[in-house]
Amino acid sequence: MSPLGAAIRAAARDPRGQAGLGFLGLLLLLALLAPAVLPDPAAQPDPLGASNLAPSLLHPFGTDPLSRDLLSRVVTGARVSLGVALLAVALSITLGALVGVAAGYLGGAVDTALMRLVDGALAIPRLFLLLLVLAVWERVPVLMLVVFIGATGWFGTSRLVRAEVLRIREESFIRAAEALGAPRRRIIFRHLLPNALGPLLVAATLGVGDVILVEAGLSFLGLGVQPPTPSWGGMILDAKSVLVTAPWNAIFPGLAILGTVLSANLVGDALRDAVDPGSA
Amino acid sequence: MTHVLEVKDLRISFPVEGAGRMYPVDGVSFSLDRGETLALVGESGSGKSLTSLALLRLVPPPGRIDAGSTITLGDTDVLGLQGEALRRIRGKRIGMIFQDPMTSLNPVLTVGDQISEGVRAHLPVSRREARDRALHLLQEVGIPDPVSRLDAYPHQLSGGMRQRVMIAIALSAEPEILVADEPTTALDVTVQAQILEVLDRLRASHGMAVLLITHDLGIVAGRADRVAVMYAGQIVEEARTPALFARPSHPYTQGLFASVPRLHGPVGRLRPIRGNVPPPSAWPSGCRFRPRCPQAFDKSETMPPLLPLDPEHRMRCWLAETDRS
Amino acid sequence: MTLLQVRDLVKHYQSGGLFRASGPPVRAVDGVSFDLAPGETLALVGESGCGKSSVGRTILRLQDPTSGSAVFEGVELFSLDRTALRRTRRRMQIIFQDPYSSLNPRMTVGSAVAEGIEIHRLARGAEVGRRVAALLQEVGLDPGYADRYPHEFSGGQRQRIGIARALAVEPAFIVCDEPVSALDVSVQAQVLNLLADLQRDRGLSYLFIAHDLAVVRQLAHRIAVMYLGRIVEEGTAESVLTRPRHPYTVALLSAVPEPDPGRRRSRIVLTGDVPSPSAPPPGCPFHPRCWHPSRNERCSRERPTLRMVGGTRAACHYAEETPLPEGVGEPGGTSTPSIA
Repeated sequence: MSPLGAAIRAAARDPRGQAGLGFLGLLLLLALLAPAVLPDPAAQPDPLGASNLAPSLLHPFGTDPLSRDLLSRVVTGARVSLGVALLAVALSITLGALVGVAAGYLGGAVDTALMRLVDGALAIPRLFLLLLVLAVWERVPVLMLVVFIGATGWFGTSRLVRAEVLRIREESFIRAAEALGAPRRRIIFRHLLPNALGPLLVAATLGVGDVILVEAGLSFLGLGVQPPTPSWGGMILDAKSVLVTAPWNAIFPGLAILGTVLSANLVGDALRDAVDPGSA
Repeated sequence: MTHVLEVKDLRISFPVEGAGRMYPVDGVSFSLDRGETLALVGESGSGKSLTSLALLRLVPPPGRIDAGSTITLGDTDVLGLQGEALRRIRGKRIGMIFQDPMTSLNPVLTVGDQISEGVRAHLPVSRREARDRALHLLQEVGIPDPVSRLDAYPHQLSGGMRQRVMIAIALSAEPEILVADEPTTALDVTVQAQILEVLDRLRASHGMAVLLITHDLGIVAGRADRVAVMYAGQIVEEARTPALFARPSHPYTQGLFASVPRLHGPVGRLRPIRGNVPPPSAWPSGCRFRPRCPQAFDKSETMPPLLPLDPEHRMRCWLAETDRS
Repeated sequence: MTLLQVRDLVKHYQSGGLFRASGPPVRAVDGVSFDLAPGETLALVGESGCGKSSVGRTILRLQDPTSGSAVFEGVELFSLDRTALRRTRRRMQIIFQDPYSSLNPRMTVGSAVAEGIEIHRLARGAEVGRRVAALLQEVGLDPGYADRYPHEFSGGQRQRIGIARALAVEPAFIVCDEPVSALDVSVQAQVLNLLADLQRDRGLSYLFIAHDLAVVRQLAHRIAVMYLGRIVEEGTAESVLTRPRHPYTVALLSAVPEPDPGRRRSRIVLTGDVPSPSAPPPGCPFHPRCWHPSRNERCSRERPTLRMVGGTRAACHYAEETPLPEGVGEPGGTSTPSIA
């Protein structure tokens, strides 16, 4: 059993890991089955009469101002939000890992240059940066949204990976590989990266929660996922006008965001403890 | 005569995932008298360090000292103490020094502060008095230029110096017993000689008893009055030092002696003990050394008790029953 | 034919960097020279900070030397280009002190041992597996262990895996950097015996770096004692151990604790600490701690060079008169390791 495999197993046995994975798994399942079991989220069977209905057996989450079933919308929104989160995080992790490894292993001027770049980038609040870009580019396609979010989220990860690489670089098994004549490429991909995977995985999991919040925030401001594609942030935006009279429009998407971010964090915590029991 | 320290049937257990408990220390008994040095010798996995931690009730959770164990300090039952009473024996009656001086000292406090802290924890003295005492202790442990060293931080001192500081801290409240867990393993051999010299000198001047935990038979030969050899959580042989070295009797002890390289005598191929030390989660049944013992026989399937060989020389081996000359 | 010839090896570390103030350089290795013959073990002995590990790593070009030369199998190692160096690496390997960090925790034992074979394309396909199995057996491990991960093994077993990995490329020379210091006594003996057997069976040369003179005695044909980056005494194991001439060697020998309570020995306890390698004392680097009765102000002015005195070469002005305290260095039978 490889150490990473053992860590993942341990995290899955941790109650936090189980709670988190349970919720996320349920969400994922619903999101995939949705078209088969739930009404079409865009359907407006009764445009005038069925708007802002309170939760009932027919509409477990109620209906929104445009008479659409809220449950379907929340579940479909999950596909978008989770999809954006996973893809953006994948991009961030890849960029962060590459930069971190380059800085950590190559050292010297490369390290200094890259880290000063990262320092500068970290000084700018991520949301501001995104707002700037997105406000200029109206009605951004979801794919570009993923790219922007991903491209602004790798800075912290690169530092993390660099720190790991600096630590691992001094271990004797790296010296042994060098003594055997291993080329740099091999040392980076066979020895450094696999050992930095642990913290990277943890960062990725926690990053998912982060991105969900960023995307929801942007969508709430009208700059993220554009209607008619449902997204949780967008639903909360729509709920603004009927917050007092039909609060379920905001509560359920809000709970969905809360649940997902919490679950991602729980899984991340469980993974972190499994990968590195020393850190609290 | 009451012993300064008496340990009877010490048993420490740890939970095993999914299957009950394991006993890395499994029925250890020994005593210590004023002014004497007892060496607890063993390799990794023998349980010697855990034994020393138990004396101060510092066994890390989820380990625990099992019922039936007794640890008596003079006439105080250590295992029955709680809270404040327990804190008072730590440092005041038993002092401890650890193996790695780099991680055993607080890096953000000066040396003087750390020693004074030890003093004031147990003696009702003022800050100034504690500092004076710290200075005196630094001199006692042989640190040159002690006045300026009082304000030094651990990282500014060498390994040997740090170990001396640790000894000073351990002695700050004048304990009756000093437990030294591999005090020189992390040090160079010339520094090791210095530190052992300091310990000897202090033992004589303070009348302390010393429990020396080590794997190095050379240190034992030079510094211990009595020796107890540990293997797989038990004491397998105990004797006065000259007797143990003249006549190592337990096959494990003999194996140890045969595997130690020497500076003198003929150079020959070393004769290591075959196999590996068993983990506490899988102690062999019967005599725990049996799987590796060149002299195992049918009776080895039953766990031997400590049997006498000579006065003050016992071993946990059935071979003691046959007359071995 | 000498396998390895090291001349005036120097390795200084610069402290400070682009944005930090530089201090004086750390003179880890300050002019080391020695020869090594095929099939021979030269032990490099000294305490922490003497530079012995740096010597090994610099020769292998795991770090670059500040100056000096190392001619291995007739070729100057320090002027090899990357490709030639990679080829030469097959012939010179290293085993490390810490069994817990010398193996990649994410690689199986088999992959670790096979790495050299893959890098140098010594075999393909199923042949790789066969070689790995043979190597594991040669170091005394079950070939079935190849699919397991390092964390499943004890310190001694990990050391053996490290040895198998080094042997996989068929080297002529192995730097053994404190290979048994982190092991328990009985395991230490197993590994020492293994190293001796491998030397006999494969004709290997070892640069055996250690601080424990008793351990060194098991394998060393010759011993070089280092202090503050320099060799202060050098000779056959027998001469150095039975009749040392440098006062540091004598102190080192007298400090080794011996498992023999009956043996009378007067110990020389050195005062003070080892000085920092960035600020070596003027003249003889050992003079501030030296106990030699003939020590005088010449020692603080003039640095002694290695010269033949009695049976060894020693860097001491008064090496001819170095007294031998009781119990230290007496003859103790042949010191040429006999591997029966």
